Amino acid sequence: MTTNNTADSNTTSNEQTPDEQSVRSEVRTWLEQNWDPNLTLLEWRKKLIDSGWGVPAWPKEWHGRGLTIGLGDAVDDELRKMGAVSVAKTGVRMLAAATILEHGTDMHKAKFLYPLLTGEDTWCQLFSEPGSGSDLAGLTTRADFDGENWIFNGQKVWTTSAHHAKWGMVLARSNWDLPKHQGMTYFLIDMEQPGVEVRPLRQMNGHASFNEIFFTDAKIAPEFMVSKEGNGWKVAMTTLAHERRLADGIRSWGRGDKGSGRVYDEQKAEIATVMEPYKWYPQRAGRVDLLIERAKATGKYDDPTVRQAIAKVLIMAKAAEWTGRRVKAAHALGRQPGPEGSLGKLAGSQVARLAAQAHTLIAGADAMLTSEDGAMDGLISEILISVPAESIAGGTDEIQRNIISERGLGMPKEPRTDVDRPFRDVPRNTVG
Amino acid sequence: MQYTFSDEQEEFRLIVRRFMDDKSPTTEVRELMATDQGYDKAVWKQLSQELGLPGIHIPEAYGGQGFGFIELCIVMEEMGRALLCAPFFSATALAATAIMSAGTEEQKLALLPDIASGETLAALAYNESSGHWDPASTALTATPSDDGYVLNGGKSFVVDGHVADLLIAVARTPGTSGIYGLSLFSLEGKGEGVKRRLLQSLDPTRKLAQIEFDNAPATLLGELDAGGTTLPHILDLAAVALASESVGSAQKMLESSIEYALLRMQFGRLIGSFQAIKHKCADMFLEVELAKSAAYYAASAAAEQTPDFPAVASLAKACASDTYMKAAQECIQIHGGIGFTWENDTHLYFKRAKSSEVFLGDPNYHRDQLVLRWED
Ligand SMILES: Cc1cc2nc3c(=O)[nH]c(=O)nc-3n(C[C@H](O)[C@H](O)[C@H](O)COP(=O)(O)OP(=O)(O)OC[C@H]3O[C@@H](n4cnc5c(N)ncnc54)[C@H](O)[C@@H]3O)c2cc1C
Repeated sequence: MTTNNTADSNTTSNEQTPDEQSVRSEVRTWLEQNWDPNLTLLEWRKKLIDSGWGVPAWPKEWHGRGLTIGLGDAVDDELRKMGAVSVAKTGVRMLAAATILEHGTDMHKAKFLYPLLTGEDTWCQLFSEPGSGSDLAGLTTRADFDGENWIFNGQKVWTTSAHHAKWGMVLARSNWDLPKHQGMTYFLIDMEQPGVEVRPLRQMNGHASFNEIFFTDAKIAPEFMVSKEGNGWKVAMTTLAHERRLADGIRSWGRGDKGSGRVYDEQKAEIATVMEPYKWYPQRAGRVDLLIERAKATGKYDDPTVRQAIAKVLIMAKAAEWTGRRVKAAHALGRQPGPEGSLGKLAGSQVARLAAQAHTLIAGADAMLTSEDGAMDGLISEILISVPAESIAGGTDEIQRNIISERGLGMPKEPRTDVDRPFRDVPRNTVG
Repeated sequence: MQYTFSDEQEEFRLIVRRFMDDKSPTTEVRELMATDQGYDKAVWKQLSQELGLPGIHIPEAYGGQGFGFIELCIVMEEMGRALLCAPFFSATALAATAIMSAGTEEQKLALLPDIASGETLAALAYNESSGHWDPASTALTATPSDDGYVLNGGKSFVVDGHVADLLIAVARTPGTSGIYGLSLFSLEGKGEGVKRRLLQSLDPTRKLAQIEFDNAPATLLGELDAGGTTLPHILDLAAVALASESVGSAQKMLESSIEYALLRMQFGRLIGSFQAIKHKCADMFLEVELAKSAAYYAASAAAEQTPDFPAVASLAKACASDTYMKAAQECIQIHGGIGFTWENDTHLYFKRAKSSEVFLGDPNYHRDQLVLRWED
């Protein structure tokens, strides 16, 4: 994450932007004077946020210092070195923050950003529906204005953390007579109200990391609309762009700071709750890191066919990782993300599949067992039954290929019949 | 060589399919997979008494139906299609086949009728916790005793071993190595010195057990030290039976994919109208048909005992395992997110595909065997 900081600051520095060394020494000095592991997590985070070092890349008027992303990373690096706990950054809250910063009103910013950073408020994202996944813009959750409030009815699915979220980012259809992309509106919804029912959704790997959400006359006051009516698609695109960019950070499981003191204990508890749904995510990506170790431990290392299988995974995984780094490095220099972003996702699916194959070869008969009887206490079997998610979650492989060919390679889109007419006239699923 | 099924065989397949449709809907599969026993006694009784399936390839002289290996494979294929939870593969395809191949006339007369009637559940205890599929890796020992032999050591991955009344175990004479000194033994599942434990299996529809033998009295099945010649054939037959099951399941994955593609709409049209999905289905169709042909050919080669049988058994196993695994993966993919949920049935098939992929040797192993055994 921090390997390219030097390059960042060298190329982006000018008169207005402080150089990396001075930023680093300034934050170090501040930490030396203020960091105290015996504070409560809340006390410490308030202090950090008030100093502007919590989210230095955010605007000055909203808890930040207006620094570049590269310098922000340098500040985080200093916090890490000191062992200081950062602001709450886990889970989907950072997507909410990014969306609110870009499209929210001052009221939204004042009300939501602070408790989001302290960790007091947890957020969830309510986009996917049983009837519309790839075709997100085909969603049918309805928002109807009753003269006082927006009334919500419909169903959402695949919502992480909804069971403990205070707030949700929700996209709903407010106009059925306009073409699909123009009839959606983006809201911030209070999840703790009677019209919102949250049910866990169990996956094929046994975990229930997601929820189904049922809205029955749930209410949202007009001031919680983000941007304006009918502009929901554009706002949602902002959220999704940040989701792609922040994917690794959101899901990094259990990356707590090491140390002893009250603040660490409280952070550990927070991570355990917020990150619980993500604990199998590394397995879903195929656990390439375990392949050589496992091959050696099982004696399969001596089998040339196993080595070939592992080599194929490593070639794909490494080349994909470096592609990802190219994208990140370019982004840190302020360049617009290109179609390479979609390549990483597609490559990741293949890595996961190949890795599962290699893990199967290595495990042999043990691939038939799970839990305590399985290899590595069931970790290997969890890989085998989690990888199918990789080519679906966050946009399927087929959709990625469409995006890559159409947007990346400039190939013509297939003729569409769903965008040129009122949404109510577009054929759609009656059930999910 | 029989390249297509006779009218009688097709009719028989329909009868079996109707029974499976009726008795093994996935709601039933889900209930049974959650139990330790893993099967429904009443259904097993019906399947035995009404259809005589447990004795399908057992000669009439031993109380069976007297059909051949092709009919056994038809049953396996239909059971794979329905993901039936029952001790058929273990008792009939594995254990009865072993007894038929290795037992003496007297032993066949004594053991087979109760398996054929479904009253005795038998299991083949062959693999050990080392996980090797090569018979030479057998470590369980059989030491002569006053009235037979005693077994010492362990077996693992024994299909339905936890409920089996009769165990057929592969063991070696102490001091021997490789494929020499291997023999088959029969003993009671609940016998003295036998400790069984149900393993937690990735595919909950197929139960696996670990068995410890501590001076467990056992009877020699057939000739002493003949395992080196009988076992490879028994395992080849088992591989073809499993390949048949896999193609049945793979066919189901294809049908389920098409069905969903013709139901699900995105972007105002059926997902089955997207070329990406159509091509996937066409590829899956190609692979499933190829795997079927391989399994059918191998079943026929088994029935006719042709010289190419060992090679084509491995060919069919490797081909069917890969095809089923891929079909299950694609079926999930075509279902999108719903395919990854517990509620959707695809994962039941996916897990069976994963366990069948490695059971009796993974595709790598069988590809290797295929080439080593190939004769022009
Ligand atoms: C583990 C997991 C985590 C998830 N997490 C989240 C989350 O955090 N937030 C969230 O909002 N959603 C989440 N999802 C939902 C996910 O985004 C959707 O499942 C995904 O976008 C696919 O949508 P769908 O399930 O409706 O499938 P569908 O869109 O119905 O797709 C079915 C099949 O049709 C294909 N298809 C669809 N359109 C086309 C086309 N134009 N061309 C070719 N093929 C096409 C698809 O590729 C797929 O194979 C998650 C899903 C999973 C499995």
